[in-house]
Amino acid sequence: MATVYAFVAHSDGVLDDSAAELAAAAKKFTDAPVTAIVTGSGVDAAAAKAAELFPAVWKIDAAELAYPNAEVVRKALLNNLDAGAVVLMAHNTFGMDLAPGLAVKIGGAFVADVVDIEGADGDTLKVIRQEYGGVVSTHVTVDMSAGAVVTIRPGAVAAEEGAAAAGGAIEAKAAGDVSAKRKFIEIREPEAGDVDITKAEVLVSIGRGIEDQDNIELAHELAKAIGSQAEVACSRPIVDAKWMDASRQVGTSGKTVKPKVYLAMGISGSFQHMGGIKGGVIIAVNKNPNAPIFQVANVGIEADILEFIPELTEALGDL
Amino acid sequence: MEILVCVKRVPDTAENEIELNSAGNDIERDDLVYSVNEWDNYAVEEAIQIVDKVGGTVTVVTVGDEEADEVLRREMAMGAQNGILLNDEAFEDSDSMGIATLLKAAAEKGKYDLIMTGAQADAGYAAVGGMLAAMMDLPYASLVNMVEVGDGKLTVGREIEGGNQEVNEIELPCVLSIQTGINEPRYVGIKGIRQVSGIEIPEFDAAGLGVDPATVGAAGAKTKRVDYFIPETGEGAEMLTGSTEEIIAKLIDIMKANGGLK
Repeated sequence: MATVYAFVAHSDGVLDDSAAELAAAAKKFTDAPVTAIVTGSGVDAAAAKAAELFPAVWKIDAAELAYPNAEVVRKALLNNLDAGAVVLMAHNTFGMDLAPGLAVKIGGAFVADVVDIEGADGDTLKVIRQEYGGVVSTHVTVDMSAGAVVTIRPGAVAAEEGAAAAGGAIEAKAAGDVSAKRKFIEIREPEAGDVDITKAEVLVSIGRGIEDQDNIELAHELAKAIGSQAEVACSRPIVDAKWMDASRQVGTSGKTVKPKVYLAMGISGSFQHMGGIKGGVIIAVNKNPNAPIFQVANVGIEADILEFIPELTEALGDL
Repeated sequence: MEILVCVKRVPDTAENEIELNSAGNDIERDDLVYSVNEWDNYAVEEAIQIVDKVGGTVTVVTVGDEEADEVLRREMAMGAQNGILLNDEAFEDSDSMGIATLLKAAAEKGKYDLIMTGAQADAGYAAVGGMLAAMMDLPYASLVNMVEVGDGKLTVGREIEGGNQEVNEIELPCVLSIQTGINEPRYVGIKGIRQVSGIEIPEFDAAGLGVDPATVGAAGAKTKRVDYFIPETGEGAEMLTGSTEEIIAKLIDIMKANGGLK
């Protein structure tokens, strides 16, 4: 097998949690030393952190890499990668931007959003993925003989606890020609909404199961019956339909919340949604007994939320 | 602006529950309702809105069998002027690299300023747009949730973590993958579909595209799905059972025990 690399993300010198997950993922299919790659402008701190996880670290440090622009980072990687390289990275918004095109340019295979690695059999990597929003899983084989790019779902592969410091040597690499037809301009932050769902102790969060905009009133009535500590939140399809403000969306593309109680009402439970819930007891109500949310919730109730929410609201009113 | 939008016919997860078949090696495909991949509808709507503003045409293309004709016609009923069907048994079981190879061949038969795909489809790879761009040496932006047309370039917003938007300037021609929520895809009625039913949709096979069959389909796939199975993630929820009254009583106890009720 050719050299295995882990492209590790960082922000202001702080390594992303996914770096340790990539280190653990690599150990599931190779005993060979894995080289971490850190790109950016002024990356010494991030490279030093990566050296605690990986036996070797490449730092590619250039002013043009200050913001992670996939087109520029791809060029910098291609300037350095060995032929037949196997590259691991996180399946986050940057990984989704960078990885597919990188796989084309190195002429290798591509597999995305891997949730677990079973191992390798020669040049064949065996991984587990999910399809249809996590309803079914699949075993997938990847022919790595001409290299491969593998993106790993953040949080899916457990980082090794208490792994000994790898003490990796840091090697500086040249970025090369990093001209680009795509130029980063700015980051725009969302406008603040009328409520701050990150402060609520209880969230009544609704998904596609609410079916109609008019039914959202049911969720507000339930939140009111629970008390002032409760707010209404939602999953992505509700915001896409413009039924609720983006400031109420929970998930990786929305808010991160940690209420005491999270009532997931008619929410399927995509990993992007669950990625926004960082604590508390998750109670899921869904009429589909196979909904992925029941795999990750603490408490499950198989029911149609349009019938269940009014009954719960009424019962709370009687307390 | 000449725009090509790549679309896919997929099982509609809103209309049916995806379950394993009795052999446990595939999903149950009998009686499945199919529709256009949700992300693709947003891409087609965005293309139509751009053409409405600056002129041009929208062409939709898909890789699939005769039944994929229906998704092309649906998108044409939305307002796309042309459809292209890429249909050959040799294309079956293509991985994302194979699909991108076919779409590149189709794209090179025209002269497009802008190529769009949905951000992802049923298998969740989110790969085809980025691969197509790399194969054609065009600039690319994924997860696009805003497009503004400038002179020879676009200003695009990308959805990144935490509700933030990353704004980029990108030269034309380029490839974009479109995220849901960028617009409100228009409603398509039976009447609209009837109006485009007579339009001829050109169809290309491997020879017509000039693609070596060995590089696409199962033959060319470096990434292969072996089977389907039910995931074993997590412990699973403690399911509350009993009458609705009993369930609600248990639920209220759980909420109280966890500090959710005062």
